[in-house]
Amino acid sequence: MSDTAPQPTTAAANPPVQPLESNLLPSDVVRISATPDVPQPTRQLTKVAKLIDVSKCIGCKACQSACVEWNDTHPEIGENIGSYENPHDLTPDMFTLMRFSEWENPATNELEWLIRKDGCMHCEDPGCLKACPAPGAIVQYSNGIVDFIHDNCIGCGYCVTGCPFDIPRISKVDHKSYKCTLCSDRVAVGQGPACAKACPTKAITFGTKDDMTALANERVEDLKSRGYENAGIYDPEGVGGTHVFYVLHHADKPSIYSNLAENPRISPIVEGWKGVTKTAGMAAMGVAAAGAVLMGLFTRNKVEPEEEEAAERLVQDREGI
Amino acid sequence: MTNAWTDIKNTDLVIVMGGNAAEAHPCGFKWVTEAKATRGAKLIVVDPRYTRTASVSDYYAPIRPGSDIAFLMGVIRWCIENDKVQWEYVRNFTNAALLVKDGFGWSDGLFSGYDEEKRDYDKADWDYQIGDDGYAKLDMTLQDPRCVWNLLKAHVDVYTPEFVENVCGTPKDRYLQICEMIGECSAPDRVMTSMYALGWTQHSKGAQNIRGMAMLQLILGNIGMRGGGMNALRGHSNIQGLTDLGLMSNLIPGYLNIPTEREPDWQTYMSTREFKPLRPGQTSYWQNYSKFMVSFMKAMWGDAATAENDWAYHYLPKLDVPTYDVLRMFELMKQGQVNLYFCQGFNPLMAFPNRAKLTEALSKLKLLVVMDPLETETAHFWENHGQYNDVDSASIQTEVLELPTTCFAEDEGALVNSGRWLQWHWPGGSPPGEAKNDTWIMANLFQKLRKLYQDEGGVFPEPILNLSWNYADPLDPKPEELAKEMNGRALRDIEDPANPGTTLVAAGKQVKNFTQLQDDGSTMCGCWIFSGCWNEDGNNMARRDNSDPGDAGMFLNWSYSWPVNRRILYNRASADMQGKPWDPDRKLIEWTGEKWEGYDVPDIGVTSKPGEVMPFIMNQEGTSRLFTRGMMRDGPFPTHMEPFESPIANVLNPKMRGNPVSRVFVDDAEQFATSEEFPFVATSYRLTEHFHYWTKHNKVNASLQPEFFVEISQELAAEKGITGGSRVRVWGKRGQVWAKAVVTKRIKPMQCDGKTVHVVGIPLHWGFMGAAKKGWGPNSLTPFVGDANVETPEFKAFLVNIEPAAEEPVA
Repeated sequence: MSDTAPQPTTAAANPPVQPLESNLLPSDVVRISATPDVPQPTRQLTKVAKLIDVSKCIGCKACQSACVEWNDTHPEIGENIGSYENPHDLTPDMFTLMRFSEWENPATNELEWLIRKDGCMHCEDPGCLKACPAPGAIVQYSNGIVDFIHDNCIGCGYCVTGCPFDIPRISKVDHKSYKCTLCSDRVAVGQGPACAKACPTKAITFGTKDDMTALANERVEDLKSRGYENAGIYDPEGVGGTHVFYVLHHADKPSIYSNLAENPRISPIVEGWKGVTKTAGMAAMGVAAAGAVLMGLFTRNKVEPEEEEAAERLVQDREGI
Repeated sequence: MTNAWTDIKNTDLVIVMGGNAAEAHPCGFKWVTEAKATRGAKLIVVDPRYTRTASVSDYYAPIRPGSDIAFLMGVIRWCIENDKVQWEYVRNFTNAALLVKDGFGWSDGLFSGYDEEKRDYDKADWDYQIGDDGYAKLDMTLQDPRCVWNLLKAHVDVYTPEFVENVCGTPKDRYLQICEMIGECSAPDRVMTSMYALGWTQHSKGAQNIRGMAMLQLILGNIGMRGGGMNALRGHSNIQGLTDLGLMSNLIPGYLNIPTEREPDWQTYMSTREFKPLRPGQTSYWQNYSKFMVSFMKAMWGDAATAENDWAYHYLPKLDVPTYDVLRMFELMKQGQVNLYFCQGFNPLMAFPNRAKLTEALSKLKLLVVMDPLETETAHFWENHGQYNDVDSASIQTEVLELPTTCFAEDEGALVNSGRWLQWHWPGGSPPGEAKNDTWIMANLFQKLRKLYQDEGGVFPEPILNLSWNYADPLDPKPEELAKEMNGRALRDIEDPANPGTTLVAAGKQVKNFTQLQDDGSTMCGCWIFSGCWNEDGNNMARRDNSDPGDAGMFLNWSYSWPVNRRILYNRASADMQGKPWDPDRKLIEWTGEKWEGYDVPDIGVTSKPGEVMPFIMNQEGTSRLFTRGMMRDGPFPTHMEPFESPIANVLNPKMRGNPVSRVFVDDAEQFATSEEFPFVATSYRLTEHFHYWTKHNKVNASLQPEFFVEISQELAAEKGITGGSRVRVWGKRGQVWAKAVVTKRIKPMQCDGKTVHVVGIPLHWGFMGAAKKGWGPNSLTPFVGDANVETPEFKAFLVNIEPAAEEPVA
């Protein structure tokens, strides 16, 4: 067995049984928020992607629960507001959400219940990263994953504005921004994302972008054979393509899928900021050396004092103290 | 299931009716998406609601809850009329050609022999004409007016497309489109699979719903085929195991029967279980009944069961009523006739109908013992939880003991899945606190009870004193020991009948499978159908080889499937009269000229010649049954019956209410609602986010579906002034609940017999214990009546009313 993880090719594979070194190294970062002149990596990782085949999705929310379990978030137990969507929006504790829409197809008069897994699209050209004024709070790896480094996040919310898909959410508890990481910690050791692993119908699959595109094309053919003339792939060019992309039965009408962006682009305002924030951000925080920027990037297993306290409380609860 | 989950990938057409596979069985549903993605299979959904399964279907049609028989008989009529029949299969592999007694008939929605007072049929004429040779008479030309085929044709004649539309509310064009899609599967090389669940069982005629589809599948030639079959999606991960092990008041393991009072001795009991073949040369495998029964008695009582004492037959209880099912037990409890009730892994306060009656019944117990990993509503039935459980705790004297048990993930053992696979599993964690596994608790209780009988005697101590209990630690029998006991072993050397003088199985060795069991007391076996699961080869249930020769989906070396590791029941019927597969691409087994072989374990004697021995070896006829003789209480063919609470009268007989032979207790009959008082049809169901009443205790599941709701159409919402997300009150004859309203396009009003029928969908999963918001289950509203054959409660069709309600007051 090699001492570094294999390139991830599928979410269906069983996880390695021995601890592995991370295969996502600081040197694999290609872009860093508010940081010019990132040294270009010496190697190019294979581009990865998560394919969400909406036509196979049964809306079971296994992906949502797997996401909660893996990321150890604690979504609140809310209420029903007249729909199957729970919670009612993405939250700092829910990085992915099944969105349900009831659509009557005017061409066939048939009702269709369109269920779309919403979450970070991992844009090739990430608006969040471009908008972010905090050096090192958002990074992009050469495999396409866009990740938030919470130690560096200042909770300003610019990433929310910069995102053409309205994905990041700012925590009211720690004032940091949260979103799907594409399970960068799992991918780093050769596994697929937790949601893809949990998906019972293979509506979510994970692998190289090329493999996923080939699979998506097969699925589009199948859908066309079933009468979905406008079946197609949603991999929007306006953001340079995405590393989470969809197969849609009605690719000509993305908005019927709970307002999926018809033509996502980074806001010109954000593009305009880019130069400014670089300077302003740097000035505000001081120019950080690349090493310092990446501090905390690979030390996610560190136990924080708050976590120690929470653990202590749990033990006390259990012992009835 | 006749087939296996993995086999669903082999199908051409999936029909989900009487179930919601994507919602309630999301993991198994992967095989449907596999069939769709890899073979271009189509999916049809027929359901009162446009479900999650419907969301990925190719064709959907609505149906009024409780009208499935009319739909299915209509499809059979359409197939016959349009020659969509697998003729060679029907003629040879079903009882279509057998002649029925002249006295059998049907009129006004009732079969011959109905006695209104007894609510029962005299079934004497529901049988074959027997010839002088002792065999059933037949006409292979299907010309005789008394042959099953012609009686079936006459029986389904009333179910025209217009009748179906009128009774079921299914638009005629949609119904006919589905008939066309189904009809294509009568070709020998096209196969449909039926996936159903509690949407068919939870009716007062549940067994007949399933019969209807089984008959259709036989007419299409889809039983025994790869990608075909009747596939019951079981509602719990081990509910198949529960049925197999006979955890019902009238069964013993392996679908053997508890004796009744009319069978006071062994000879009388066995006299109705000889299972003489009804056609020459047929297998009629139940002729081995005595081997399974004697081996069971030896497993129970060892040396105390002897030929001289009729294998301790006098130790077995004798039923004075057909069953002591849960409905009857709660009726007796309500009457004050039950002192002690043990709830082992069972939450009846939420899982059985008419919660008010259940609470009243539990309040009359002296002692209630609840063995469960969770704090169930049943265990806390006496606790006041405001409107959610508004009881007067001070007036309830029942003592309640909660014994915490492990959950499945903390246990070792086998679960039997819907496809009859016994899959061994290992503990994934240690039990919390004082939790013990169920066998530990039962063993400790048993040892204490036995000691009391030893020390103090009793009215009839022998069955308890002599119970076989040969475990290394009598206080903690191990899963391995129990599994080996179910497999069975030789108690003395068994001679090989093929080679006299040689030993087939040596004393003390595990039998290979049930074919080695004997009725002379030389073998013991706890559950004959499981035999083979742990033999001298070891624990076959723990096998995990996923190789799949021919890509057939059989996986013979993965776990162990009963019987004898067979993956598809009746697989002999996948080949024609010469033993050639109907569809070469779907080969399961074939006749080589000398024997049967193929990808699955043949469901026929391996040297039984095709054309002589027919495929349905468990049946005395050797064929399958389109006409079930007197084996079902409510008729040899399914006939349309309304639910006990229905918006319209039975169009076949307006005086008939519900199933005319269902058992109804007096108090419950008075509590049936009419559509004048309660105009809307309600139906209950599960949601993917939850599992029964368990996962509301889990914070993740609770966050995904936090609060009790009901679903109604936009039309009903407009009529009642209800908006989505607002609070509503739903009430029926037996109780009331408050819920959030989900207003949806996925439920639409239907037109039935000139009336507009609105459906109110009521999911289960909420109660007054656990992490989710407090709520109710549909069982606060449902009628206390069950299926006429098996007493499964009618949860899927009942009447309610609905109105907007004020917001919940802040506590």
